[in-house]
Amino acid sequence: MDLLDKFDATTALRDSLPFEKADPFTVVMDEIISETEAMIGGRHTILAGTNNYMGMTFYEDAVEAAKKALDDFGTGTTGSRVLNGTYGGHKALEATIADFYGMDHCMVFSTGYQANLGMISALGGKDDYIIIDADSHASIYDGCAMGNATIVRFKHNDFEHMEKRLKRIPEGAGKLLVVEGMYSMLGDAAPLKELLEIGKKYGCMTLVDEAHSMGFCGEKGRGIAEELGVEHLVDFFVGTFSKSVGTVGGFAVSNHPKFDVLRYVSRPYIFTASLPPSVVASATAAIKAIERSGNRRAHLWENARQLHAGLKKAGFDLCTSTAESPIIAVHLPDPMMGTKFWEQLLMEGVYVNMAAPPATPAGMFLMRVSVCAQHSSDQINEIIKRFIITAEKVGLELKK
Amino acid sequence: MASAETFETIYALIAPLNKKAIELKPETGFAVDLELDSLTVMDLVAEIEDEFDILLPLNLLPDLETIQHVADAVEKIVAEG
Repeated sequence: MDLLDKFDATTALRDSLPFEKADPFTVVMDEIISETEAMIGGRHTILAGTNNYMGMTFYEDAVEAAKKALDDFGTGTTGSRVLNGTYGGHKALEATIADFYGMDHCMVFSTGYQANLGMISALGGKDDYIIIDADSHASIYDGCAMGNATIVRFKHNDFEHMEKRLKRIPEGAGKLLVVEGMYSMLGDAAPLKELLEIGKKYGCMTLVDEAHSMGFCGEKGRGIAEELGVEHLVDFFVGTFSKSVGTVGGFAVSNHPKFDVLRYVSRPYIFTASLPPSVVASATAAIKAIERSGNRRAHLWENARQLHAGLKKAGFDLCTSTAESPIIAVHLPDPMMGTKFWEQLLMEGVYVNMAAPPATPAGMFLMRVSVCAQHSSDQINEIIKRFIITAEKVGLELKK
Repeated sequence: MASAETFETIYALIAPLNKKAIELKPETGFAVDLELDSLTVMDLVAEIEDEFDILLPLNLLPDLETIQHVADAVEKIVAEG
C-alpha cells in the first residue's frame, strides 16, 4: 500500500485550480530589493504579504549586530539550549524581552511555532483542561495534540460561548485559557478584556499569543493586551521573532516564580538546536529598537488605514469593517476567482498571500494583504490601483 | 445503546444540516453519509454540548464517526456528570 495515496484528494484539489503563469505555493523571491520590494519571475514586485510589519529585516543595527555575532561566535550553536546551545547572547536576548514586557522571566525557543508547542504541551497535563478559540493557529492546536490535557473549544472571539463551557469544567481542575491577540488570517483583534476577565473568574491560567500584534499594538509595541490595559490578567505571553522582529525564533515571558522549570520539561525547547548567534543578535537589536519606534508604529497604522479605506472605497469585500491591524484581508467569492485574481495581481507586480482552507476560517478564500511600516504612501496607492486593475481584468464585480 | 430520547434529540439538531435529506439512523456517518465538512461538525458539536449541558472535548471527536457514537458518548458524559 502506498502511504501517499491518502493525499490524492489534496493533489486533485490543487490541480483543479487554474494557475497558468504562477503558483502561490511555489513563488520564488529571486532578489530582495528592500523590505517592500522584490524581483519575482523577472518582475519588479511590491511585497504586500510578508508579515514584516515593522520593516526590521534591513534595520541597520540588527544587520550589524548579526554580522559581528557571525564573526565572533560562528554560524551556529550545534546544540540544545540545555546542553551546549546557550551562549551569552541567548541570555541577553531573554533579558531584553523580559525587560520589554516588564516581566521576570523569559525563555527563547527556536521558532514561534515551537514556543506554542513547548508552552502548551508542557502546561496542559493529563487531568488539566485547555480552552482554545476555534480559529487558533496550527501551533496552538498542535501544542494541544502533543500534550495530554482535555481540549475544550469555543467559537471564535465569542466570550459568552466560552463562559458556558468554562462553567462545565470541574471546579478544582487545572485550566489553561489560550487566545491570540490578533488572528492572522482576517487580521481581527480579540476582545481580550472580556476573554481574560471571564477566564480569571473561572480560575484559568492564561496564555496570550501576540505573534501578529507585537511591534505595533500598545504604546511600547507589546501587543493587544498592552493596548487594552489587561496585561495583569496574562500569566504567559508567547511571541515570535519572525514577524515584527524581522528574523526567526520564538519566546515566552511570565512573572510566574516557577517559570524556569519549563526549561527542563518542555520538549520542543529541549530537543532541538538553539538559534544561531547571528539571529539572536539581530533579534535583540530589533526588539530594543521596536520599544522606541513610535514613529514607525504610527506610519504602519497610517498605511493600514489608507489601504483599508482605498480598497473599501473601490468596492472590495473586506473581512473587517475597519483596519484593526496591518493585515487587510479581501474576501473573494470562490477558489476559481481567488486563483485568477492572485495570479493577475502578481502579473501587475503586487505580491499578497493567497489564503485558502484549511488555513482560513469558515472555508473562506482570501487575498491576505499585510502592510509594512516601510511602505510609502505612494506604494499603498499603487497597491490599491493595481487591485482595481486586476478586478477589471479578471471580471470581479465590485460593490458600488 | 443510548436511549431513543437521546437519539431523537440528536436527530433534531442534525435535521437542519441534513441538506440531502438522508435518512437518520444510529449508524449514519457524519462525514461519509451526511457529508458534513469539519466546520459544520464544529457547529453541531457546540449545539450538542449546549443541548445536553456537557463538554464534548476535542480529543474525543476523531472517534465519533456515527450518530450512535455521539449518542453513546453523550450519555456516558451525562452519567459521569
